Amino acid sequence: MSILECRSLYKNYGNKRVLENMNISVPAGKIIGLLGPNGCGKSTLIKMICGLLVPSSGEIWVDGMPIGPQTNGIISYLPERTYLSNGMKVIDLIDYFCDFYRDFDRKRAMKMLQDLMIDPASRLRTLSKGTREKVQLIMVMARNAKLYLLDEPIAGVDPASRDYILQTILQNYNPEATVIITTHLIHDIERILDEFVFLGFGGEIVMGGNADDIRGQYGKTLDELFREVFKYVQ
Amino acid sequence: MGWKFQSNSPVYLQIASTIRADILSGKYAAEEQIPPVRQLAYIAAVNPNTMQRALSQLELDGLLYSKGTAGRFVTGDTAVLEKARHNAVNELLETFLQGCKQLGVTKDEVIQLLNKKEEMECQF
Repeated sequence: MSILECRSLYKNYGNKRVLENMNISVPAGKIIGLLGPNGCGKSTLIKMICGLLVPSSGEIWVDGMPIGPQTNGIISYLPERTYLSNGMKVIDLIDYFCDFYRDFDRKRAMKMLQDLMIDPASRLRTLSKGTREKVQLIMVMARNAKLYLLDEPIAGVDPASRDYILQTILQNYNPEATVIITTHLIHDIERILDEFVFLGFGGEIVMGGNADDIRGQYGKTLDELFREVFKYVQ
Repeated sequence: MGWKFQSNSPVYLQIASTIRADILSGKYAAEEQIPPVRQLAYIAAVNPNTMQRALSQLELDGLLYSKGTAGRFVTGDTAVLEKARHNAVNELLETFLQGCKQLGVTKDEVIQLLNKKEEMECQF
């Protein structure tokens, strides 16, 4: 069964068309890379799945339900920009998430904070940008959600933390859950992906399939293939 | 992070050949249980389904067998192990000989060089 279905999806921002007749069906239990050049509509799609944006037309179904409070309950979303209040302490944030989400695993969150040597008593304001991103990702991955939407989860963090974050994703996701990751750092994430989708402008699906098979088929990594497919002509 | 992989062939095949080498070298002994998929995936830092695929490949080759929910074990069949060892060596030789051919080195020269190298290594 598919966890996510988009049917004839359109999204305009005023006159600007972002997604044009997008049809996509995502199977459950996979880690999927949603990859595409800047401005192709990756974040727009993800925000529509979370109910933060409304499609201009078309349908989105999550786990067989239309977008609403019920789907939000099973989606764990990491936004590209943080929405957390800078005055909060990390520990307050954990209480906050415990209150908001029934599926939040406090123990797991504390363990991850400890692993990454983040002091729960520190205020977000006092943390570096990368550390704040780690805190946010911990909050997202400590939930037992059915669908994780990670919009650029590793963009601002150092390579060692990137590895930790990818390991965290591998370790925490249960085999029934689905993880959708958008990123430009394809090289870093391709080994943890099941499937990939190359999204072109207007939300056109340029290429997609099993991430590992592509290596055999083209003799290239996903990163190399992306550079070729989306090459700009000088 | 995890194991290193070449870019030009599927990761699952590369994992399969790493684990095959671990079996042939005796790191995993005959009839020994290998770690579960998730743990191996974590160590290699790859998607669990990719690891699963690699292990299925080794099962297909007869090097591993699974006992239902009890886990996966290395085969106790010495004939299968011996054959896999031969295949692995043959693969190495093929690459090596191809390289020699490209360099225009003759068979006699190769044998001579091999002996010489062996002698030198014995001195240490």
